[in-house]
Amino acid sequence: MGFMDLQPVVQWSIGAIFCTLILASTLLLILRALKPNANLNEVRQRINSWWIMAVVFTLAMVVNRTLSIVFFSFVSFLALKEFFSLIPTRRADRRILFWAYVSIPLQYYWIWMEWYGMFIIFIPVYMFLLLPVRMVMIGETDGFHRSAGTIHWGLMLTVFCISHAAFLLILKRTDAPELLPGAGYVLFLVVLTQLNDICQFLWGKSLGRRKIVPRVSPGKTWAGFLGGVGSTVCIAWLVGPELVGFSPQQSIVAGLIIAVAGFVGDINISALKRDLRVKDSGSLLPGHGGILDRIDSLTYTAPLFFHYLYWSFPFHTFGTGPG
Amino acid sequence: MNHFLRMLFFALFVRPVLLVILGMNVRHRQRLVSDGPAILIANHNSHLDAITLMCMFPLKMLRKLRPVAAQDYFFRNAPLKWFALKIMGILPLDREVKSKRKNPLAGIYEALKRGEIVILFPEGSRGEPEQLGEFKTGVAHIAKRNPDVPVIPIFMHGLGKALPKGEALLVPFFLDIFVGEPVQWDGDKTQFMEQLSCQMTALAAEGDFPPWQ
Repeated sequence: MGFMDLQPVVQWSIGAIFCTLILASTLLLILRALKPNANLNEVRQRINSWWIMAVVFTLAMVVNRTLSIVFFSFVSFLALKEFFSLIPTRRADRRILFWAYVSIPLQYYWIWMEWYGMFIIFIPVYMFLLLPVRMVMIGETDGFHRSAGTIHWGLMLTVFCISHAAFLLILKRTDAPELLPGAGYVLFLVVLTQLNDICQFLWGKSLGRRKIVPRVSPGKTWAGFLGGVGSTVCIAWLVGPELVGFSPQQSIVAGLIIAVAGFVGDINISALKRDLRVKDSGSLLPGHGGILDRIDSLTYTAPLFFHYLYWSFPFHTFGTGPG
Repeated sequence: MNHFLRMLFFALFVRPVLLVILGMNVRHRQRLVSDGPAILIANHNSHLDAITLMCMFPLKMLRKLRPVAAQDYFFRNAPLKWFALKIMGILPLDREVKSKRKNPLAGIYEALKRGEIVILFPEGSRGEPEQLGEFKTGVAHIAKRNPDVPVIPIFMHGLGKALPKGEALLVPFFLDIFVGEPVQWDGDKTQFMEQLSCQMTALAAEGDFPPWQ
């Protein structure tokens, strides 16, 4: 694989991402020249972080499939580490957390070996059942149910849900086995999820008045939500047929799923942060906060988009397991 | 000192582990000194504390960084002694002084005179993970003899979870490091110790971490 082996539409999409970033950086320069006193530090940090994320993501997508899967496993690792650093954990749970981390390479290894059956049950079934067994062996019962619940919840969000984005990479259609559509699927999911975040933010900033979930995320408004959904559906309708091979109707449904799920994923993590009384989940991405702040929407959009896609086309079912 | 091996060890092993497997989040980094002499004091939770503080400085400063460590612990056997002296560059501290003639802090005074950055854990030993212990007053003696050297308090959180005392299994956690304002010797030991512990409590409060038990 390599950049030149990608479908032309994927190459164009990557080009469009970088054109958008160049545009954003240019606008920022103009704005700074016009209003030298305005405090644009956070916007500047945000755009700089976007540049780094776009470059890393593009490299991870174009070099080869293994690197793409390793990239997503690293995103899961960072997110899980951020989650475990944020929540109150018990001393007795150190070994449980260690096994939770071990599930990351395994989960992504199932994807690499194209073992769908294991990928889809490993964390929801096996890790769900095994972690409490290890906890019982250690024997600390004070705070047992809280630990069992929070550790598995974090594992589901940051590893299981995010790994669906990586599984998109290896999908092959039975009616067109020579096609490698994975990069297009991932690009559609990731770019739309992030654009939806940005659109909801921009619509909310310019028009937002009525709060939608005031107790969880006071910054979120109805105008932001609806404007975001509208914009995302439009973009999905525009790029879905080319990038994914959806019909216009399917593109609209996929856009709706990503827009609504992205919103829910976002406020889900907002509720967690509010509960723990922190503003950002971390400080890995200047201007954005932590990695969880950036991929909160993706925790919901990745599995839901994956399953919509999975039912929409005839894919190899990967039912046979290893070998 | 075996400077090349030291650089190699820090560049190829220590930094990847601390920056990728763990991850450091340094608050108020601008308060760190860019050159010695200086005294860094921090709370002590883990074997990785000194190495983490050393990672906050660029590799080329490695030569100047001298963690103070208990001689009786680190000179237990020859390989450990070699590692402590040649790779970590420790200033050995004799915790059981037998003769009154030899000042146990003499090595530290010499290092400061050479313009080095001395790293000190005034809690004495690692103690209970993620709990701030009381500071011993040795640091006040050092400050009294070197009133012009800045004493920078640093609060660290996370290493007591990642690798606490008595554990060999490293579990990844983000490390939060808060650098405080330099404290100056003002002629009074009690007041100086009071200032240090005030700063540490304030830095710990900045993080507002849930208790770990």
